[in-house]
Amino acid sequence: MPKITYIEHNGTAHTVQVPVGKSVMQGAINNNVPGIDADCGGECACATCHVYIDAAWLDRIGLPVPGSQEASMLSFAAVTQPDSRLSCQIEVADDLDGLVVRMPEGQH
Amino acid sequence: MNQDSRHIVIAGAGHAGGSAAAMLRQMGWQGAITLIGDEPIPPYQRPPLSKAWLQGEATAESLALRPATFYPEATIALRLATRVTGIDRTAKTVALSNGESLSYDVLILALGARARRLPLPGADLDGVLELRSAADADRLKAALQPGARLAVIGGGYIGLEAAASARALGAEAIIIERESRVLARVACPILSDFFHNFHRGQGVAIEVDAQVAALDGANGRVTGVRLGDGRSIPCDAALVGVGAIANDELAAEAGLACGNGIVVDLAARTSDPAIFAIGDCTSRPLPLYERTGRLESVPNALEQAKQAAASICGKPQPAPEVPWFWSDQYDLRLQIAGMPFDTTEIAVRGDVDAGKFALFHLTEDGTVQAVEAVNASTEFMGGRRIIQRRKRLTRARIADMSVSMQELAA
Ligand SMILES: Cc1cc2nc3c(=O)[nH]c(=O)nc-3n(C[C@H](O)[C@H](O)[C@H](O)COP(=O)(O)OP(=O)(O)OC[C@H]3O[C@@H](n4cnc5c(N)ncnc54)[C@H](O)[C@@H]3O)c2cc1C
Ligand code: FES
Repeated sequence: MPKITYIEHNGTAHTVQVPVGKSVMQGAINNNVPGIDADCGGECACATCHVYIDAAWLDRIGLPVPGSQEASMLSFAAVTQPDSRLSCQIEVADDLDGLVVRMPEGQH
Repeated sequence: MNQDSRHIVIAGAGHAGGSAAAMLRQMGWQGAITLIGDEPIPPYQRPPLSKAWLQGEATAESLALRPATFYPEATIALRLATRVTGIDRTAKTVALSNGESLSYDVLILALGARARRLPLPGADLDGVLELRSAADADRLKAALQPGARLAVIGGGYIGLEAAASARALGAEAIIIERESRVLARVACPILSDFFHNFHRGQGVAIEVDAQVAALDGANGRVTGVRLGDGRSIPCDAALVGVGAIANDELAAEAGLACGNGIVVDLAARTSDPAIFAIGDCTSRPLPLYERTGRLESVPNALEQAKQAAASICGKPQPAPEVPWFWSDQYDLRLQIAGMPFDTTEIAVRGDVDAGKFALFHLTEDGTVQAVEAVNASTEFMGGRRIIQRRKRLTRARIADMSVSMQELAA
């Protein structure tokens, strides 16, 4: 099962196993990793599952398609960066084993 | 007192109660947590019950708030199929339906709301359904065979979503609404019209200004909805979606301040400092609007769960959020931010006929109080920020699509 590392804004890292096919958001929620709220449950409707993708993984994960629902939600999320993504929109696959994401200071 | 020896009891294992338990652990609570719910399954999300779940696009696993393994792993004692039947504030105990009594140091009431029932002849016939729990959704789903006729009593969000899901499953649907328009209590007339027309276009029949007089039946099963004007609308199942009532009786009996919900402050505290209340069962301050009110939404349940967990763990309170809500019908996503108190005009941004627009509700001085967005997430997100910042805008500027939402919200 792919391992994903979530790093809280205060630097605390949580490495957990997430089944293929789940979203990066669900991996955090199912393991009670703090820092991802996911108010809408993964419907791409709240932007409270915002993460920064580690530089080493940005090519593999990619950025949201311009004009997409995710891009428009992100344009108003708190403290966005060029490497911002909504974690409910990233599906875990075998080749994401080792993925590292960082959490913003807050989701609201 | 050492934190480790204190016991938190959470009454009600729904969206708010389940989230509070998880957040307490996230915030480092070391003491015991007991989460008590009267349903037979661990906390789950209700929104899909009228949407993806009903249409067969969600599984029990995807409905669950957390996997079942989470509770033992987080040492949260989950007691299912168990009702809290009384609160003794002096002894600090709750009585359970199995006759046990459980002592608490801190009690969180997360009792939710229940579907309002119709005090009408025939309301207890088989096939007269409500939609609040997963068990309700199973019954409704079983009734929605292709070609079956569903009568939806009440044109609110749940009724409209159920009608949309019925159509997706090949069933017939008719919505029967007492007011002159659907969504009468929760949306503005432009939005009501838009949804009315959209549902009609999808083959849903709609009766407005229609009083239901009784449910007709044969052999104990519903066969039709009888209206005040004498007409009977034939159906194979009737869904009653006429609002929800806060489960505040336990709190009221225990002498906690209540009034359309358990009265709480912005730290989710009730009138007893050892008791918190969160979610649909509360009447809460709406600081942005200098009012109080009862909200029935997942974001509210989560916000209050966070307030209670932060209070109990001695963490800073989260900043108050703009209330928000969503609803999915067909391929329409409605997102609403804020509440349209004291508003005098509506600015339309986008194209209503094209099904992609947002309605901004303004007070006399141009303060944006609420935004209703249909397939317009940018407007919703920008609107939320504008409301949070108490920004004032003119109708003309909002309607001007050459001004981006980013500029409007700046
Ligand atoms: C069909 C449907 C669709 C919805 N769609 C949306 C949507 O799209 N967006 C949105 O934001 N919100 C939606 N909502 C609202 C949202 O689900 C609720 O606001 C949310 O569930 C509130 O959480 P809660 O924990 O306060 O209440 P609940 O989730 O209702 O949980 C309360 C729990 O406490 C239990 N309980 C009650 N009394 C006792 C007792 N004495 N002892 C033990 N247990 C008890 C109840 O059985 C229940 O399990 C929808 C609701 C429904 C029913
Ligand atoms: S969980 Fe709401 S947008 Fe990702």
